[in-house]
Amino acid sequence: MNEVTEYFSDIFKGVRSLLKGMSVTGYYFLHPKEIITQQYPENRDVLKVPERFRGELVMPHTADNQHRCTGCSACQLACPNGSIIIVSDRIETPEGKKKKIIDKHVYNLAMCTFCNLCVRACPTDAIVMSNDFEHATYDRGDLIKILNQPGSKVLEGIEE
Amino acid sequence: MTTAAIDTSETKEYFINMGPQHPSTHGVLRLLLTLEGEIIKNVEPHIGYVHRAIEKMCEKSSFQQIIHLTDRLDYLSCHMNNEAVCLAVEQGLEMEVPERVKVIRTIIDELNRISSHTLWWGVMGMDMGAITSFLYGFREHEMITEIFEETCGARLTMSYNVPGGLMFDIPPHFQKMVKDFLVHFKKKLPEYDTLLSNNIIFTERTKGIGYLSKENAIAFGVTGPSARASGFACDVRKLKPYSAYHKVNFKEIIFTEGDCFARYKARIDEMWESVSIIEQLIDNIPEGDYFVKTKAVIKLPVGEYYQSVESARGEFGVYIVSDNKKNPYRVKFRSPGFANLSALNKIAQGCKIADLVAIMSTLDLVIPDIDR
Repeated sequence: MNEVTEYFSDIFKGVRSLLKGMSVTGYYFLHPKEIITQQYPENRDVLKVPERFRGELVMPHTADNQHRCTGCSACQLACPNGSIIIVSDRIETPEGKKKKIIDKHVYNLAMCTFCNLCVRACPTDAIVMSNDFEHATYDRGDLIKILNQPGSKVLEGIEE
Repeated sequence: MTTAAIDTSETKEYFINMGPQHPSTHGVLRLLLTLEGEIIKNVEPHIGYVHRAIEKMCEKSSFQQIIHLTDRLDYLSCHMNNEAVCLAVEQGLEMEVPERVKVIRTIIDELNRISSHTLWWGVMGMDMGAITSFLYGFREHEMITEIFEETCGARLTMSYNVPGGLMFDIPPHFQKMVKDFLVHFKKKLPEYDTLLSNNIIFTERTKGIGYLSKENAIAFGVTGPSARASGFACDVRKLKPYSAYHKVNFKEIIFTEGDCFARYKARIDEMWESVSIIEQLIDNIPEGDYFVKTKAVIKLPVGEYYQSVESARGEFGVYIVSDNKKNPYRVKFRSPGFANLSALNKIAQGCKIADLVAIMSTLDLVIPDIDR
């Protein structure tokens, strides 16, 4: 007799536990406002990306095409993956001195791990992490970027 | 006419490869199973499919650069891994970090632990055949990820620690975000019990399955919730308090059953403890610097440094040998996943092949942590 009641009570308890679980999923079925799924490509306009989000390394330029990079290679040394290469150039200043200036700041996005060490290492705050995270391209070559814009110059007074 | 009698008195052992591409191995782990019928006789894990030579890479990296590599070990408890390296380097530099850093590190540690355990809970449910829990687990995981995103700019591989402190200060609305999350989480955690812990199918598949004795847990070096479910008190936060753990009151979750369900319950209860730790600290973040300036090139004095922290899976240790150069001479990581995996053979012997999935889930293996 005891075994029989135990058998049926086990069935009852089992079914009850399943129904309790179902009540949770049923609750969310009836309360669609509590669902937090985001419809990603459609919600691009309202998508809020945090300010600090590390999406891509960029070099901000002023309105008259000036940047703050002196070409000191601190970021290149700080980078753990070798994704930054500074190509420098030598010019002669009006005073007749030879000076090293930046030619190209080559940034390989494909090798970057977004660790922020280059931004921390930069003594002149020339590079920052932008919030842009949509990096997909059809050509791998597009991921190698030159951060200083063509014809750009170093902002006056940065080097002192 | 005589029929060729099939000899059923003697069954032969046979082999099955589970993985490397198997959904319940959570990565590329290959298990060579020796079976007799449905009974597991032997489990031989073959690892190395995601071996990236991280320890060797560390020898070529500066001490700041090591940190981002540790993100890629156990990616679900990346902050604890970062912290272990930072604490080891700070130990070498004999540097005292500000109280503010310690408290923030502890809070993020516990948030990281909750996020790891919620994700584990979801995946555990999915291994047992319930996709619902996967989605529910990710809900809370995602909320913590958003807090991390606001705090340090990355969602998973955070690199929030640097030797000497933190990379950024906490954002102004950090406390509000965390408190809002805790209110939400305390409401939703009982749902986890309703969905899975009390579910008859789930309990039948985990209770009494995959027994790990305390002796074996110690012998194989199993740590974390997996060992505490067998009665082995091994919480590094209690035994060797680091950061701000000496300031908070929390209970070490210990079960004595040692089966899959105990390992499951240990993690669920640990989430409650994590909530209580965060609640104790969140209102008492001291003012001060979030960073102590170090030299651009860190050189540790000649010697050996070891620091262990309690990651979401167990004791994570960093052993650094320095020869006073800008790169470490040798770095060794004591990853909890590797030790926990070694006990798998002992636990699984004699179990059914279907139970192996439950056992692996409750050991909470992360393959990049095992392979390094």
